[in-house]
Amino acid sequence: MSTILAFAEARDGELRNVSFETIAAAKQIDEDAQVVGVVLSDQKTEALADEMIHHGADRALVVEHTDLKEYTSDAYTQAAMAVINEEDPAGIVMGHTSAGKDLSPRLASKLDNGLVSDITGIEGSGDETEFVRPIYSGKAFEKKKLTDGVTFVTIRPNNIAPLEKDTSRSGEVSSLNVDIKDLRTVIQEVIRKTSEGVDLSEANIIVAGGRGVKSEEGFEPLYELADELGAAVGASRGACDAGYCDYSLQIGQTGKVVTPDLYIAVGISGAIQHLAGMSNSKVIVAVNKDAEANIFNVADYGIVGDLFDVIPKLTEEIKALKV
Amino acid sequence: MNIYVLMKKTFDTEEKIQVSGGAIEQDGAEFIINPYDEYAIEEAINIRDEHGGEVTVVTVGDEDSEQQLRTALAMGADKATLINIEDDVEDGDQYTTSTILATYLKDQEVDLILAGNVAIDQASGQVGPRVADQLDIPYITTITGIKIDGDQVNIEKDVEGDVEKVQTSLPLLVTCQQGLNEPRYPSLPGIMKAKKKPLEELELDDLELDEDDVEAKTETTDVFLPPEKEAGKVLEGEIDDQVKELVSLLRTEAKVL
Repeated sequence: MSTILAFAEARDGELRNVSFETIAAAKQIDEDAQVVGVVLSDQKTEALADEMIHHGADRALVVEHTDLKEYTSDAYTQAAMAVINEEDPAGIVMGHTSAGKDLSPRLASKLDNGLVSDITGIEGSGDETEFVRPIYSGKAFEKKKLTDGVTFVTIRPNNIAPLEKDTSRSGEVSSLNVDIKDLRTVIQEVIRKTSEGVDLSEANIIVAGGRGVKSEEGFEPLYELADELGAAVGASRGACDAGYCDYSLQIGQTGKVVTPDLYIAVGISGAIQHLAGMSNSKVIVAVNKDAEANIFNVADYGIVGDLFDVIPKLTEEIKALKV
Repeated sequence: MNIYVLMKKTFDTEEKIQVSGGAIEQDGAEFIINPYDEYAIEEAINIRDEHGGEVTVVTVGDEDSEQQLRTALAMGADKATLINIEDDVEDGDQYTTSTILATYLKDQEVDLILAGNVAIDQASGQVGPRVADQLDIPYITTITGIKIDGDQVNIEKDVEGDVEKVQTSLPLLVTCQQGLNEPRYPSLPGIMKAKKKPLEELELDDLELDEDDVEAKTETTDVFLPPEKEAGKVLEGEIDDQVKELVSLLRTEAKVL
């Protein structure tokens, strides 16, 4: 029976959702495969391993090491390669996250293997598995397959539904000792800018502002709405270039490409570069003063009006829902 | 300091994408330097101006890639290398490109390599880390700041919105993220000078590679456009009523609340 490794990703001792999505993806690639949840962390690896099993992994393999506290390419490559050498997998699935994007090409290079990055769908199975991925920032899609070697993919968060959690599931958890050495990069400090918000790439709902928001303060009503919705806040390039917000919030052809369930575009005209980053969202709401704005062409629901009037009212209405 | 920039030409971001015969229609499209590679070129020029040395911009492409290389030279890069694979490689992938680049770079004295963190067309983000691995040098992806002091390098790296301060040393490969700098436009004198700057053209033979050495490990089986989105419902009436209607539609019709 073949083995597929589903790499978990821990942040501050908790598993990110994409970890469970890797398991579901592995099962889609080969439902008969033994899916091994792999946890690389500095702490709580056994508990995290159990969580992987509850989400469908058949068994789990953990590497616990102080050098795995924060992601660095050197430490994680050594740990991941030790796991790969131990398991000799037919497939590897990772999240297309900051760490996954950084690590996966290097592993692929070490394995002299292909890699299909940032997939949003899986079709067929076994050797015939094809992977769907957006290209040109979602203006088009391609289907790719690996020609030989390990079936190695990274999955875009939020696109492949995780399996139902079942805490009665059990499986073997084994641990691997890895000697991590010769680290060439040292993380001296992490400045958290996102601690209060929800991560854009994993958000189910995004409230995004454009030039129409007019200032940094103008974003406040958007943050208030986002708070009520449990949403992340994003922005168009126009808003970032104008200095209303940080570039890390930018959505578009340069910037992040997102596919939330609900995207609320506020004061965004809808330049083609912005649409590329968000038009595959499931439901799009546009709020704009200009009835001719291009954003209305992709929006499911539109309100033509002043955002500073509409957004606070929308926030109140959402609040009222909860009462 | 010997600084190399890995560059790719991409479709202009204004371009609409059309598909014919299972591939993206390239004819008539405007090409530009991949926007993330522009950050790499700008940073390379700044580092050279501060520390001395030379900036070489390298691309794996076809004869038309000369245009983007000249633009990079006009911005201020010193030399350019075009590895023209038009006649040798039909369907390359990231393995192909990174193997070619790494083979070329192995023969150079390299202190620092800069690349875009991702290209806006294929968006795999693989080539930088793959090249660094083949050269066995450290790499840091998605940087938003870099300071070099002797062999020591201090980097600011974007991690999904957080900033990591990372220390490492040369030789090094970095991939550039938005926010690193504001790429300059080529000046007119820059454009004039660029015409005379050295632009070397190589083929696989010159790198002692043949087609089999760089054969892709992945295959594209189809390319298609997303379903056209139909224009939705623009609400009407008083704003208060529209907001109420919107919330109701989001709950009952779209079922996202």
